[in-house]
Amino acid sequence: MQDALLAMLAKEPSHGYGLRMRLRRALGPLGESMNAGQVYVTLARLEKAGLVVGERADGFPDRPDRKVYALTPAGQQRVAAWLAEVNWPKPNLAEFHLKLAAAAAARLADPVELVDAQRRELLRRLGEVQRAVLAEPDGSTAGLLLEGVALRLQADLRWLEACERLWSRTGNEGA
Amino acid sequence: MNESGGVLRVRGLCKEHGEGQGLVRAVDEVDLDVPAAQTLAVMGPSGCGKSTLLHLMGGLERPTRGEVRLDGRRIDTLSERALARLRRRSVGFVFQAFHLVEELSAAENVELPALLAGCSPRAARRRAAALLERFGLADRARHLPWQLSGGQRQRVAIARAIANEPLVLLADEPTGNLGTGATLDVLRLFSELRAAGQTLVIVTHDERVASTADRLISMRDGTFVDDTRLAGSNTGRLGGMIGLGD
Repeated sequence: MQDALLAMLAKEPSHGYGLRMRLRRALGPLGESMNAGQVYVTLARLEKAGLVVGERADGFPDRPDRKVYALTPAGQQRVAAWLAEVNWPKPNLAEFHLKLAAAAAARLADPVELVDAQRRELLRRLGEVQRAVLAEPDGSTAGLLLEGVALRLQADLRWLEACERLWSRTGNEGA
Repeated sequence: MNESGGVLRVRGLCKEHGEGQGLVRAVDEVDLDVPAAQTLAVMGPSGCGKSTLLHLMGGLERPTRGEVRLDGRRIDTLSERALARLRRRSVGFVFQAFHLVEELSAAENVELPALLAGCSPRAARRRAAALLERFGLADRARHLPWQLSGGQRQRVAIARAIANEPLVLLADEPTGNLGTGATLDVLRLFSELRAAGQTLVIVTHDERVASTADRLISMRDGTFVDDTRLAGSNTGRLGGMIGLGD
């Protein structure tokens, strides 16, 4: 969530409500369960960490909570690091999905290239798992677990393929 | 080995179907070098041209433009007769649907290429028996294809494909008709062939097959969109993948 919000701010400074709307749009029905306060709490944390600065916006005298947030240089660095990261420790589909949406919106990176980098990483892992599977004797219990890991990676790879199809079609105009 | 160092060398390869408005470039200006002993996987959505590429590299189809060299020798300009001989001796094919001769036993299917290449029946028989033994099919040698499981049939087909020790083995969706267990059997065979130095090109849409290759090419609309080296990349993170550690 922290990284996704930072990346959204890379496009332009925004107030919390605007970020919430963009999150809702990117997540669709999956974002409905999102707690409204979550965005504000996260923004406050990011501000404390020096990754964003919040300034009171003009024109909302009656809404003192309406602060416009912008990335600090440290925040920008963190966004760049997040985009370059190809870790997939626990597949967090929403996080990756938001990364692509934010990258496309702010023209920070080509989403298709992010997908490709991720795909290469997952294929390397799948290859490693697959070689381990092949080395297991028939009926091995460890083989069963490896099989589960391989199937999960395979499902992730298929989803990445779908991501690539969509983002290569929409180019940089999405989200 | 030849001066280019590659078993397969492809330059500016094009294959067009139809004409005018209906012109389709199945393979569109492709360059490729496959070094000896490499296992190359080619992935892509159906219709991306990957099977056509394989057919062009094995002399099953002729390109519209461009050239294909096998061990330094240009094959796209060969006569039909020379091409047929090349396919019998220097290229091994494995297909999704096995393509075994249904009237012949497993052993007879494997003997066939050696016989067609002019081997004596005795030598062909010996070679087939050795291959079936090596592939764990010795007790299936006299079975007809319909008496074998899908995985066994594909292993017979692979034995047949390498019977003449081809320069390159070309496999088109070799696990497309197989379940998980049989897929693993075929992958075990491929990794054994690779260890023995066989050059291998596999067209597949199965990520598990592709991931075990040394190199992976992704194709879209007749061209390569990605070329990734996968070999020997043990990340040491197997534990992390199952939630242990990190």
